[in-house]
Amino acid sequence: MNTTTSTSKTRVVTGRFAAWAQQQVGGLLLVIGLILFPFVFSWLYGSPVDSGPPKFWQGQLIVVFITAVYAMSYDLLMGYTGILSFGHAAFFGGGAYAMALFLAHVAPRIASSYRIVGPGGVNVTEIVLLVVGFLAALVVSLLLGLLFSAVSARVKGAYFAMVTLAMAEAIHILSKATDFVRWTGADEGLHGVPVPAWINPIQFRLRFYFVALAFAVVMYLVTRRIVHSPMGRVFVALRENESRARMIGYNPAVYRSLAFVTSAVVAGSAGALYALWTMSATPTMTGAGATVDALIMTILGGIGTLFGPMLGAALMELFGHFFYQWFGARWPLVFGVIFIALVMFLPYGIVGTWQQRSAQLRALLKRASQQRRQDPSDS
Amino acid sequence: MNTSDVILKVCNLRKEFGGLVAVDDVSGRVLAHTLHAIIGPNGAGKTTLFNLMSGTMPPTQGQVFFKNHDITHLPPHRIAHLGIGRSFQITNIFPNLTVLENVRLAAQAMGKDSFKFWHHFRHFQQYEEKAQQIIERVGLQGLAETPASVLSHGDKRKLELGIMLASDPEVLLLDEPTAGMSSEQVPALLEIIHDIMRAGDKTIVLVEHRMDVVMSISDFITVMHQGRVLAEGTPQEIAANEAVQKAYLGALYGDLGLVAEA
Repeated sequence: MNTTTSTSKTRVVTGRFAAWAQQQVGGLLLVIGLILFPFVFSWLYGSPVDSGPPKFWQGQLIVVFITAVYAMSYDLLMGYTGILSFGHAAFFGGGAYAMALFLAHVAPRIASSYRIVGPGGVNVTEIVLLVVGFLAALVVSLLLGLLFSAVSARVKGAYFAMVTLAMAEAIHILSKATDFVRWTGADEGLHGVPVPAWINPIQFRLRFYFVALAFAVVMYLVTRRIVHSPMGRVFVALRENESRARMIGYNPAVYRSLAFVTSAVVAGSAGALYALWTMSATPTMTGAGATVDALIMTILGGIGTLFGPMLGAALMELFGHFFYQWFGARWPLVFGVIFIALVMFLPYGIVGTWQQRSAQLRALLKRASQQRRQDPSDS
Repeated sequence: MNTSDVILKVCNLRKEFGGLVAVDDVSGRVLAHTLHAIIGPNGAGKTTLFNLMSGTMPPTQGQVFFKNHDITHLPPHRIAHLGIGRSFQITNIFPNLTVLENVRLAAQAMGKDSFKFWHHFRHFQQYEEKAQQIIERVGLQGLAETPASVLSHGDKRKLELGIMLASDPEVLLLDEPTAGMSSEQVPALLEIIHDIMRAGDKTIVLVEHRMDVVMSISDFITVMHQGRVLAEGTPQEIAANEAVQKAYLGALYGDLGLVAEA
């Protein structure tokens, strides 16, 4: 009796897994492709996986993975909750600075007085401190998210965008203020952040590549769960019709704050990893340019699609690389023309337009097959 | 609750917009489980009165009571949770979501799961089941997966009702549910309203322009004119009221013939 139920249960579980895998086949193939990429590339190129072009391209993709998460966090605000914020860089930069400041100024002191060595000579202190640094970045971005939503709660539309822009500029000015030059390096930024040796992006590029890939996959899955949750559906209701959402009993202020905080934490985590990758935190990361990047990536890939902005981030990094090679420093000019063309011809972005077209096609096929089924009875 | 219980009461309610007095010292009450219509020419202050009762706007003066609780200054989402639902004269839905999702969101709003962020929303089946029931009740079966924005006007009005019903309110404030509908579409909507009243557990406050509709379905009627209450009573009493006839004649109200007939 027991065994039959347990086997049927396993069958149900494996059945569900199979169904899930079938649904996610594109995503699974993409992840497998990205896992294999460093090895395939080095085999094709004929140079070792940890040097030369293979190492360089791993670096390019690491940047793609991190900015993809950053762009996706912006989509949570703009695409799902309908909040057009011009202050997103504050969350990304906030996370980056929190991580860098912690590793540069707090962690060394603690590490010098406490040292825990695990089995096999593993430096446990270093790992714990890295985790604490990451948590510090999450807390800082969470607080920034709360601050932004509290300050901007009473303004709408263009005024809202201006308030968020002003607050992000305040953070930006703070990040390059000479008053804190001892800690932040002011204009220059904070460089040479002591990143733990085992994850050092220069020495262990391939390891960092897999960390960044895992980070992007996990953050994507987490964010997707959130947008499909009851709470995520309320975000969408706010985007669609805020006053109606209020009339059926949702408090918009509360859910907007939740959306802000969630988005800020995701952006902050991306910032923290970016600080590890560059081993620095600079005012560029808190500047308006970083917000505009998120905006462009999101629109390019398709707002309200989660994966679209990630694709947008990849395209922008790759465009940037090749266009710089072909057109030199003028590349943003060329990219601008292409961007305008894309917005004109693919107004819902790449993924958004793709989803729409395939839905139209499916509806068309469905109607055609229904007609075919009806025809014999007619004749 | 007894039929003679007062469920909704307004006391000396006043709303000014700049120099304009939209609602001027209005007092009145709605008895539980009745259909109470508010009529009056354009600009009489009916919709403003609805806005004051549902918390969309604060009154300049006066109070609103729901089951003897003062709800005058509560925000709309709190009032919704207390059990007052509202539909709008201008269709007010979630345009890019499906019919099912429009109604499901309203059902979810009344549950305790809206802060959950880890499970898929379909995991909470009770809301979806409830939404399916409501969709059938308002006559939108077969359209559950249709995006709300592509519905016909009549179906949008039904959806508007469905969204309100899904939050299971005790009092339904219906602001011109037949607005913009053709005369062929009206009976189906009236049938839904009849159906709600037959269940016997709801109170409806209705703003309506079609006098035939109002006369046939209301238990009580309040006539408003220039922000004030002109008359109050059963349909028979209102039909016989001279002041009402005069006001409608004065305002050259379109349906005056029907008032005189009834």
